[in-house]
Amino acid sequence: MTDFLQLVLSGLATGSIYALAALGFTLLWQASGTINFAQGEFVMLPAFAMLACMSFGAPLGLAFVVTVLLAVVVLGWGFKRGVVDPLMRFGMMPIVVATIGLSIALRNGVRAGFSAEAHPFPSLFADKLFNIAGVTVTLADVGTFGLAVAIVLATQAFLARTVTGRAMQAVAQNTESAQVLGIDVPRMVFYTFAINAALAVAAALLVTPTYLAKFDMGEGLGTKAFFAAIIGGFNNSRGALVGGLIVGVAENLASAYISPAYKDAVALLIFMVVILFKPQGLLGRKEERKV
Amino acid sequence: MKTRCLILFTAIAAAALLAAPHFLKSYGIYLLSYWLIYTIATMGLNLTVGYAGQKSLGHAAFLGIGAYTVAILLKAGVSFWLGLPAAALLCFAVGLVLGFPALRVQTIYLAFATLGFNTAVWLLIRNEEWLTGGTFGINNIARPEFFGYSLEGNLAYYHLVLGITVLMGLKLWILLRSPWGKAFTALRDNAIRAESLGISVRGYTLLSFAIGAAYAGVAGGLFASLVQFIEPGPFTVAASIMMYLMVVVGGPGYFLGPVLGAAVGVVLPEWLRDVPGVANWYLPAFGAAVVVLMVWLPDGLLSIPDRLKARREAREASAARTAAARKEVLQ
Repeated sequence: MTDFLQLVLSGLATGSIYALAALGFTLLWQASGTINFAQGEFVMLPAFAMLACMSFGAPLGLAFVVTVLLAVVVLGWGFKRGVVDPLMRFGMMPIVVATIGLSIALRNGVRAGFSAEAHPFPSLFADKLFNIAGVTVTLADVGTFGLAVAIVLATQAFLARTVTGRAMQAVAQNTESAQVLGIDVPRMVFYTFAINAALAVAAALLVTPTYLAKFDMGEGLGTKAFFAAIIGGFNNSRGALVGGLIVGVAENLASAYISPAYKDAVALLIFMVVILFKPQGLLGRKEERKV
Repeated sequence: MKTRCLILFTAIAAAALLAAPHFLKSYGIYLLSYWLIYTIATMGLNLTVGYAGQKSLGHAAFLGIGAYTVAILLKAGVSFWLGLPAAALLCFAVGLVLGFPALRVQTIYLAFATLGFNTAVWLLIRNEEWLTGGTFGINNIARPEFFGYSLEGNLAYYHLVLGITVLMGLKLWILLRSPWGKAFTALRDNAIRAESLGISVRGYTLLSFAIGAAYAGVAGGLFASLVQFIEPGPFTVAASIMMYLMVVVGGPGYFLGPVLGAAVGVVLPEWLRDVPGVANWYLPAFGAAVVVLMVWLPDGLLSIPDRLKARREAREASAARTAAARKEVLQ
């Protein structure tokens, strides 16, 4: 039983990181119909950016802030203007293909231009163990889970409670009506891209201490994030959190009780069951098919 | 006219492909075979993606199933000539099953479902050591004999690959000209309209996956005997994504798109692998080129002639309109 609880807890920590990346995914999808295949690389790049900042002597906190600003400009504004805006009118698949190309370019660019090795990354949390009612948990797991969930909930509160957030949701639900109501649509879409970039930096901060900074660290993460987003429900931003946690916990349990060799198939299996029986996701609304 | 052009082009290409090996070293011949094999596989994906309009990011899994089927059967003492059809049949059957999600979900969901399928197959290949040798792979895969004539040499094997490529290309050409081919494109252009015209959307969706998969199965079987050592590496999700890009770059729905796609997607990087300074930068450049291509030429490289033609016709039409208007004004 204690083993089980321990596995669930560390699964929640991994899952909450999937949720961060998945939330960015759903936000982009809602606001602009963009599926970002380079989401994993959007986590990998900030990890290296933070390492670069720290190599100039900046503390982790400052490196994080600088990287968030950089990411908002490059991965938010640059990505939107350079890749998504020109492709918008062609529909979804060209954007998908372009982001696939982008992910190949970024991943192999870092490998060729910077390093093919894995680099250690400082953890936010001290290396400490807790013992609560016989269950041993690490501070890193608890801290990661707490911080990631706090960020996800804060983002949701921002979307639900503030005027800007409501306007962004209006754009996501019906772009034309939002425009008629006087909402600055392009600005709201840009905000979404900026938030996605910031979430990716946060995910990098939390995931890199365990994954290590490596050019291909985003490969699995992006796919898991997408599976998590679909499992939870693509048109519901709470779905990302639920989906992420389910995937993280299920993976951990499966690798302990079934076989670690098939760990990566777990997310896929849940995903298949969900799309076959409830394609709109666990929390999603049904969308009618248009002719 | 267009058909005659194509036949002429094909004849020249066939002559070139027959003559080419005599100017190449052994490695060059190997690369040519490699190119043709990926062309066969991509032709199948072009049918699924380019003509039938489905999304598939799991094509390398079929290549893997084909390769391992042939390798395992050869090791069990079964003839290559039975193994290759077996590989195609097995892929056809698995492709049929993979088509079922496509009946439920579309576009990006389908892309990820097929991607997941690829992960599953790859995990099986890597983990089931008793069958596939796991990460150690299967080595010393023999090359076949053809009526007592050994195809062991690179040149002889190249001729076999070339023959099968032409055969598979011809089959696809005939298929696309047939009512089946028209049904596939109808499915792509508007599934609901196709259904209202009496085309079985269900049947053709499944078939497009199954036939595409069978092509990859044949390619996989040839691949196993070409490289003579297979391991899980070439059958990853990344490989599938690359194959999808090969179709898109060449031009989805263009018959010769895969020939071009396979050249830039597999053969060039393989060829440049040992060139220092270039090898590492090929993939970043390729990825960036895909982004640029999507922005400027979303229908692929082979759409350039059509584009130029459309532009010329538009210019002529506009000139004709101006002339007509001027005439009217003068009268």
